[in-house]
Amino acid sequence: MASEKNVTTTGLLGWIDTRFPLTKLYKEHLSEYYAPKNFNFFYFFGSLAMVVLALQIITGIFLTMHYKPDASLNAAGVPVAFASVEYIMREVPFGWLIRYMHSTGASAFFVVVYLHMWRGLIYGSYRSPRELIWIFGCAIFLCLMAEAFFGYLLPWGQMSYWGAQVIVNLFSAVPLIGPDLSVWIRGDFVVGDATLNRFFAFHVIAIPLVLVGLVAAHIIALHEVGSNNPDGVEIKKNKNADGIPLDGIPFHPYYSVHDILGIAGFLILFCAVVFFAPELGGYFLEFNNFIPADPLVTPPHIAPVWYFTPFYSMLRAVTDLFTWVMVASAGLGALAVLRARWPLVVKAGALAALLVLAVTFRVFDAKFWGVVIMGGAVVILFFLPWLDHSPVKSIRYRPNWHKALYMVFLVNFFILGYLGVLPPFPFGQAYSLVGTVFYFAFFALMPIWSRIGDFKPVPERVTFKPH
Amino acid sequence: MSQSSQDLSFPVQPSSSATSERRTWLIACGAVGGVAAAATAVPLLTSMAPAEKARSAGAPVEVDIGDIPPGGLKTVEWRGKPVWIVRRTPEMLASLEKIEPQLADPKSDRTAFPTPTYAKNRHRSIKPEFLVTVGICTHLGCSPVSKFETGNQPGLGADWQGGYFCPCHGSNFDHAGRVFANKPAPDNLEIPRHMYLSDTRIVVGKDEKGEA
Repeated sequence: MASEKNVTTTGLLGWIDTRFPLTKLYKEHLSEYYAPKNFNFFYFFGSLAMVVLALQIITGIFLTMHYKPDASLNAAGVPVAFASVEYIMREVPFGWLIRYMHSTGASAFFVVVYLHMWRGLIYGSYRSPRELIWIFGCAIFLCLMAEAFFGYLLPWGQMSYWGAQVIVNLFSAVPLIGPDLSVWIRGDFVVGDATLNRFFAFHVIAIPLVLVGLVAAHIIALHEVGSNNPDGVEIKKNKNADGIPLDGIPFHPYYSVHDILGIAGFLILFCAVVFFAPELGGYFLEFNNFIPADPLVTPPHIAPVWYFTPFYSMLRAVTDLFTWVMVASAGLGALAVLRARWPLVVKAGALAALLVLAVTFRVFDAKFWGVVIMGGAVVILFFLPWLDHSPVKSIRYRPNWHKALYMVFLVNFFILGYLGVLPPFPFGQAYSLVGTVFYFAFFALMPIWSRIGDFKPVPERVTFKPH
Repeated sequence: MSQSSQDLSFPVQPSSSATSERRTWLIACGAVGGVAAAATAVPLLTSMAPAEKARSAGAPVEVDIGDIPPGGLKTVEWRGKPVWIVRRTPEMLASLEKIEPQLADPKSDRTAFPTPTYAKNRHRSIKPEFLVTVGICTHLGCSPVSKFETGNQPGLGADWQGGYFCPCHGSNFDHAGRVFANKPAPDNLEIPRHMYLSDTRIVVGKDEKGEA
């Protein structure tokens, strides 16, 4: 019964609070959610990602009012879907603005999410007890990639068509079921009307629902354990008499106001792109996508949009030569197993597993392993909380050579991304191979290297200088 | 009233045998219900497979090859894919033997895209002069571009003898659509079933043994 509930609020709010935990939720997530006071620039990007998500959902709703997912040709011989996007751009009042906000928003989403992930990586925000926050976050990243990929087919331009062709064909590389699987995904033997319609369904309802659910889980998990901070110090270890962390400040008003500043800065840049460079030199909207889809001719140079290119470089790096590199890494793994202090049975089992793996590296096509490497580059992120064994969380208290290693990782990721934009060429291929090996070695060897070096003492309280 | 509702309610502390019996039934009901719920996924997932209409589309295509000049390439659409008919010059045909050591599968022995027996030869065609091949890279389905000019070119190496180059991931193919070794594409370009109706007319998607 309502009378059993102890509600301190009165009036309308009291009426609501006896029926719905409004004040409780407000306190838990805003006015009495204590966040560390030493947040820096990198802590803008979580709230910015929420802003961009809202922006994408709102602009997306208005785009679906005019867009037609139809690959058949109209009276003028232009695919209906392509023509409906042109209609939005030319005839719908402010249609150009809504579409440019949506297309720029897609790239902006990846900009803020990559920065958000980099923040988590360098400050150890994935370490215990925040493993689930990180895992939900990685799942959000995967959903975002799917969302961007499905959405990219909708304008039905040349890049849409051939991009979808390439990515769906990735699944045909799976041994045994691959060809049937790719036909099932397309709903036809080639990318066609059936493919366009289902990608539209995934893009506008299926993936967004999952995405919003994951974002809710991400935030609930965050508010359960509390935010990490640039020092990697647990603020809940030092509380005052009321049980409030000494280094914590209420999210509202302190960080809500702080985040509005970040949003203002973001919107200045966002609007600059939307109004003055919506194509951003072909990086946000690729030039070949202004040509309607032609199933008979691949554009002379096709590349995914910039946010996929690091992973695309890894895909291209996997040729027959790379499978030998994989066999060699299995060999190194075997050496490590031999030196490990494990029971003989476990050792024998591990060696047998590695041998089988090494054989499959050569038995299945390099094409299949390319797909595995590309997928693995994202999947390996999920395991980060259990790969990092360093005694400190934050990069601030790690040995200097760790800082250098993280910078090399970042630069390598950028170079892979840049090479993925370019057509394949011998040096680029060679670099991609080395860069891919480095990317995986960084994570796979992390349990070893993250323990080594002279770590600096971590302070008891966060370092904070009032302005 | 209060008496009867008291009788219907569960005991506050059920005996341990009652709990374990209840648990057994819960698991059984859950399992049966779970199977039923999973079964509803079957029609949903099956609905995504190609419709009969899409399956039946794909009739053989007749092509006039009389108007292709030597060294020329004609593209026709068959089952939504580009099919190339190339009239090869003697120089192009001569290159086939030279580059054989650099190929991944010179004899077309792989079976992912089985080569018809009448095309299991060096020139991979019925008549050496005319190549009929599906212009879709066996890696991830881009359509390669023809690079018939010989010599040093970006991405093709210094001693390029002419052939095809896939702009997406850098696979290259010789004048018979055979893939070079150590490239992303695992297979040679697909040779569709085809046959000659006359000297200047072929049909793609059908041969003496039936439709593809």
